[in-house]
Amino acid sequence: MAKATFRITRGGKDGLKPVDYTTEVGEGMVVLDAVHQIQAESAPDLAVRWNCKAGKCGSCSAEVNGMPKLMCMTRLTDLNLDEPVTIEPMRAFPVIRDLVTDVSWNFEVKKRIKKFKPRAPDAPDGTWRMSQVDVDRVQEFRKCIECFLCQDVCHVLRDHHKHDEFIGPRFFVYTAALEMHPLDVEDRLGDLRKTDGLGYCNITKCCTKVCPENITITDNAIIPLKERVVDRFFDPLRALISKVTG
Amino acid sequence: MKTEVQIIEHDVLVIGAGGAGLRAAIEASATGARVGLVCKSLLGKAHTVMAEGGMAASLGNVDDRDNWRVHFADTMRGGQYLNNPLMAEFHAKEAPARVNELEAWGAVFDRTKDGRILQRNFGGHRYPRLAHVGDRTGLEMIRTLQDHGIHQGIDVHMECTVVEILKEGGRVCGAFAYDRERGRFRVFKAPAIVIATGGIGRAFKITSNSWEYTGDGQALAYRAGAELMDMEFVQFHPTGMVWPPSVRGILVTEGVRGEGGVLRNKDGRRFMFDDIPENYKSSTADNEEEGWSYTQGDKNSRRPPELLTRDHVARCIVREIKAGRGSPHGGVFLDISWIKERLKNAPEHIKKKLPSMYHQFKQLAGLDITTEPMEVGPTTHYVMGGVRVDPTTQMSRVAGLFAAGESAAGLHGANRLGGNSLSDLLVFGKRAGEYAAKYAKEQKALAVNESQVEELVRKTLEPFERSGTAGAENAFVVQAALQEMMQELVGIVRTDAEMRRAIEGLKVLRQRAKKVSVEGHREFNPGWHTALELENLLTVAEAVTICALERQESRGAHFRDDFPKKSDTWSTFNLGIERGGDGEMKLSRVPLPPMTDEHKKIIAEMA
Repeated sequence: MAKATFRITRGGKDGLKPVDYTTEVGEGMVVLDAVHQIQAESAPDLAVRWNCKAGKCGSCSAEVNGMPKLMCMTRLTDLNLDEPVTIEPMRAFPVIRDLVTDVSWNFEVKKRIKKFKPRAPDAPDGTWRMSQVDVDRVQEFRKCIECFLCQDVCHVLRDHHKHDEFIGPRFFVYTAALEMHPLDVEDRLGDLRKTDGLGYCNITKCCTKVCPENITITDNAIIPLKERVVDRFFDPLRALISKVTG
Repeated sequence: MKTEVQIIEHDVLVIGAGGAGLRAAIEASATGARVGLVCKSLLGKAHTVMAEGGMAASLGNVDDRDNWRVHFADTMRGGQYLNNPLMAEFHAKEAPARVNELEAWGAVFDRTKDGRILQRNFGGHRYPRLAHVGDRTGLEMIRTLQDHGIHQGIDVHMECTVVEILKEGGRVCGAFAYDRERGRFRVFKAPAIVIATGGIGRAFKITSNSWEYTGDGQALAYRAGAELMDMEFVQFHPTGMVWPPSVRGILVTEGVRGEGGVLRNKDGRRFMFDDIPENYKSSTADNEEEGWSYTQGDKNSRRPPELLTRDHVARCIVREIKAGRGSPHGGVFLDISWIKERLKNAPEHIKKKLPSMYHQFKQLAGLDITTEPMEVGPTTHYVMGGVRVDPTTQMSRVAGLFAAGESAAGLHGANRLGGNSLSDLLVFGKRAGEYAAKYAKEQKALAVNESQVEELVRKTLEPFERSGTAGAENAFVVQAALQEMMQELVGIVRTDAEMRRAIEGLKVLRQRAKKVSVEGHREFNPGWHTALELENLLTVAEAVTICALERQESRGAHFRDDFPKKSDTWSTFNLGIERGGDGEMKLSRVPLPPMTDEHKKIIAEMA
């Protein structure tokens, strides 16, 4: 069997350094398999998050050869194994240990977004009627597995560290799913403009590119939200009418 | 020096944040109780996300002949009548309300033409019954509960593992835990604890379960004095991926067959037609045409044999493989691409109905399921057994200790129907949360015994002290040895001789587990985590083996090569496991709870 070298970032608050591990690679292996093999063979304390190993839970996010990826869905055959494969933790979040980052900020952000608020039920038995075409676009957003790779790649967070002023692509998708939910009657446009920092996004579409669920984050979620905010707050005609009518 | 232990107080502590745990936490906190929710992973990553097909509830949106009585009868028949009938009744009656409630909390199910929740066919369910979202229903469910729950004032303790349940005077008073990120110790003080930790799949080598499924809840409850039941019934899902090796065991949803996918051997034969059990003959199609029209919604057709119960389909697949009629990598073929002969736009249809399956095979196996058949084989999927609980309150025999979802026993009997798990989580998660909160209100807080906590700290840190000692074992190696052995000796086809070897093997593994050493320190150290989970895995593995050895018949998911027939002598009791006074496992026969006259009537009518 062939061997390959993996250059894995190790360490924590006291400093990070790349360490090379060489292990055997077999047919169909993904990056996470290699990490597990290394863990079992030579580095039992190598910290890594993972769960389903099938691209459904979004736990094993990392940067493989510099690209934000799910390790469980990145096949070794798609990588150049003649060179060491680098595996690094996500950069938009502080490292706890090795490949594990502190993503708790994301959970705090989500709590701030106004929750789902449905209209009164449509039927006497307390249920609603929605047609499939109306739920299609929301279902696209709800495919999100919260791997936070879109947050990781977004330069507003990654390079400019605007975590206090900008909620990031994941939570624009989340907000879009709520705003476009056929039953929802809550209003989040004011928050999007003010506290969520929607304006910081300059639609470079990096988030869309790295999304393992292929959600068209920028085109289907962020841009329509920007349009709604613009319609509400920056429409000259509307501004004039509201001035006249008070 | 005394190790620092953080004390956190709750009224109700829920262990596990999958469907059952989240639902329990939501319900308990809605009553005003202070609720803590502990999970080994990040919130929203629990194994519930892997559930694909849907949640069973007799909404009757697609076929209005469906109602709770049919669902009850299907569940009992599927479980070979070892189910707790009252739990099966509650489940069938309450599932529709639980599903509608999810919609009120923001879930977006696939729709019928008239705008209601769409339902799909699944094995063992007489009518289309599974509310679903493509093939990612579990994700929809967990996200809905999570996003609703975070606004309920629940304290979530992520990446935290409970090591032991603490008791005082026979009652639950808290739990001892450590946080995985930093390795710090915590004591949760709580008069009521809900165990919702899921299953035991990691006791086997080929499994669809994530690393978290190490039987923690079952083992915690067992050590706390609760009884386990039905542990011999481990469900092997008929269709897991078999190739490439690194993905072996990953689930291929039953939805593939629900949408018209067929099983074939290497000769192209639809072997499921060759063996249709007697009690399902009248409801199963006897030709391909009828089977196809059933999957396309024809109410007058009977289901194709691919949609027989999971235990049966898994055994038929094993039979084909053992007879040398399997696929190149030791499975059989599951083909959905053939529907192009029947449907225009078949590839688009498949991608729409089974998006994650398409994605999973494309990315992990380099295979396009819209043009080629998949290779599949059985994979350890679910344990019907678990903590024995009261059907109404979900409380175990230990005062204050509740269990719900996969970690509890009773609803599914000898075999679970697909789709009955997600509804189980909701129905009994809610009940557990409700009754745990009620119980907690009636209790006075109990003190936690400090010397017990100190002893637990010492025990938890022991593996570090063995670092560098002679004969030290690696936790991953011992875990792998256990998985190999259970797969080989207590797997899908069982015999007396093999299971006796397993009992001996478990003794050896226990000794090895005592020598496991850990390198490094306490911060996010997977070696340490794996070492600590070993005891739980060994406990559930032993319970499974003891029960499986005892049950000398084949029923539901439990198949004995030496006793291949179902036997009436074994139809009147469940097998229970408890910790004896000497610390050894004690086996007992628990008489089946009586059925009400109504239960009997329904079963007689529907048979």
